Amino acid sequence: MEERILNLQRKANLLRKDVVEMIGVGKAGHLGGSCSLAEIVSVLYFSKMRHDPANPKMPDRDRLILSKGHAGLIQYAALAECGYFPKEWLQRLKRLGSPLQGHPDMRKVPGIEANTGSLGQGVSLAAGLAAGLRMEYPQAKVYAVVGDGELAEGQLWEAFMAAAAYGLDTLRVIVDCNGLQATGATSERFPIPRLQEKLEAFGFCTFSIDGHDIPQILRALKEADSVKGRPTAILAHTVKGKGISFAENNAAFHNGTMTQEQYETALRELEEKEGDSL
Amino acid sequence: MSVHNQRMEYGKTLVELGKEDPRIVVLEADLGKSTQSCLFEAAFPERYFEMGIAEQNMTSFAGGLSLAEKIPFVNTFAVFAAGRAYDQLRQSIGTAGLNVKVVGSSAGFSDFGDGATHQSIDDLALMSAIPGMTVLSPCDGVETALAVRAAAALEGPVYIRLCRNDLEDIFPAETGYTIGEPVVLREGEDLVFFTTGVLAHGALQAADALEAEGIQAQVVHIPSLKPLHEESVLRLAQGKKGAVICEEHSLRGGLGMLLCYVLRNLPIQKEVLAVQDRYGQSASSQEELLKEYGLDASRMAEAALKIWKG
Repeated sequence: MEERILNLQRKANLLRKDVVEMIGVGKAGHLGGSCSLAEIVSVLYFSKMRHDPANPKMPDRDRLILSKGHAGLIQYAALAECGYFPKEWLQRLKRLGSPLQGHPDMRKVPGIEANTGSLGQGVSLAAGLAAGLRMEYPQAKVYAVVGDGELAEGQLWEAFMAAAAYGLDTLRVIVDCNGLQATGATSERFPIPRLQEKLEAFGFCTFSIDGHDIPQILRALKEADSVKGRPTAILAHTVKGKGISFAENNAAFHNGTMTQEQYETALRELEEKEGDSL
Repeated sequence: MSVHNQRMEYGKTLVELGKEDPRIVVLEADLGKSTQSCLFEAAFPERYFEMGIAEQNMTSFAGGLSLAEKIPFVNTFAVFAAGRAYDQLRQSIGTAGLNVKVVGSSAGFSDFGDGATHQSIDDLALMSAIPGMTVLSPCDGVETALAVRAAAALEGPVYIRLCRNDLEDIFPAETGYTIGEPVVLREGEDLVFFTTGVLAHGALQAADALEAEGIQAQVVHIPSLKPLHEESVLRLAQGKKGAVICEEHSLRGGLGMLLCYVLRNLPIQKEVLAVQDRYGQSASSQEELLKEYGLDASRMAEAALKIWKG
């Protein structure tokens, strides 16, 4: 495998380890939906996006907004790895006075672009941001990540219509299709079938990829750059809890608690994976 | 005395601001002719966003525009601006302190014909409860222009409550406009009326009626529920026999409860005229509804007399 791809895969696993350590033992944390995004977030921060950790407010930077704000842990890990803030901050996740809140707060954390957590609002924010940026910085791109369970929020579909109506071709919506929501399989709890057709019908250019396959992610993001006059949606098929055997495809780890043994297992498995890829 | 409409003054001010500052952008949910955001659309179509009948997305989208350093003004009826999009205002705009201006049009009973679903009697409570939200409630067209300018100049979220109907000019523009500072509309030593929004007009009439009975009532308009210069309120209430607090809004979470708290240690009598635990309803005029809900000038004068004679 090409060195660049290997490096991104290593980063993804490193971020997963950071997430596991952030949550720790005996405390609830959004492990599953953070791990499903590890490759996507790695590709964005370590390869695709134009951004500068030394100048977090660079006006023409690309932006990433996690509409599924509960996965903010993976973004914290990436931002720390980029150098937006000291890695020690990760040890104080959700503690009183910590900048790293349970859901991301742009006023507390450099590199966080919006406050999310109430599901369904991130694409509207991202679309407004894209509409505002294109007046002065047409090259700046806005990435918004939504969960597949989150798609039940009606505001997202309002936002999809608006993004198409305004031809926001600098907006890329990435759907983290991990197939699980807090209480079970999305297909059983609240199915949203024919998603790709729906997004096409709403005016998006769509891609369907394996969200853990780094070359596929890179390719879809590159192809999105040549789409003009309409927004792009990337349906990223992922595994909730990816990389940690007991958490994979397990809705209990949407916001679960790890035992000491599970914690050690998770770190060991992720370290082994890192070794495999080397 | 001349008459102006808050909506019209708002729309004209928005166009002026648009000329002065290219960061001003305007969003609308298909009520542009009512809210008068249509004036901005005609002047600056490239900075006007018709968002369809989708207030939630409109509000968050405005938050996104503010993240791109724009100064968005969000327009719809007050009942939708504060109610339908409450979560968007609280969650993504409020918690981040985004620089979004929300203009709640046709507020209170001013959309008298449309009934309970269109009459905002709870918007001030909802907006005041959001930490960091500035809440403005101008009393006439003159003040509206000043409030809109002040809102644009302020960094952070602002809610502005506007009336649909024509109003006489009563705001003393020569004294300037300071967010948070109470404004004395009429001097008087005996009693004080505290009002917000359009009820200043009724209070001025009530004060005239009381003067005929030899009682000098001061009328103080509260232009901003938040922030509020509490020491000014205390200074104005001090030495009076009592205070009558009037609002075109629910008792719960409005001006009455706020001022009773501010004046809690001041040994004066207090009476609150507000909408009790009721919705609005259709009627043939705003005045008719104010009378029905006990918020007209004669009811204000009665409340003052009760304190005076008590």
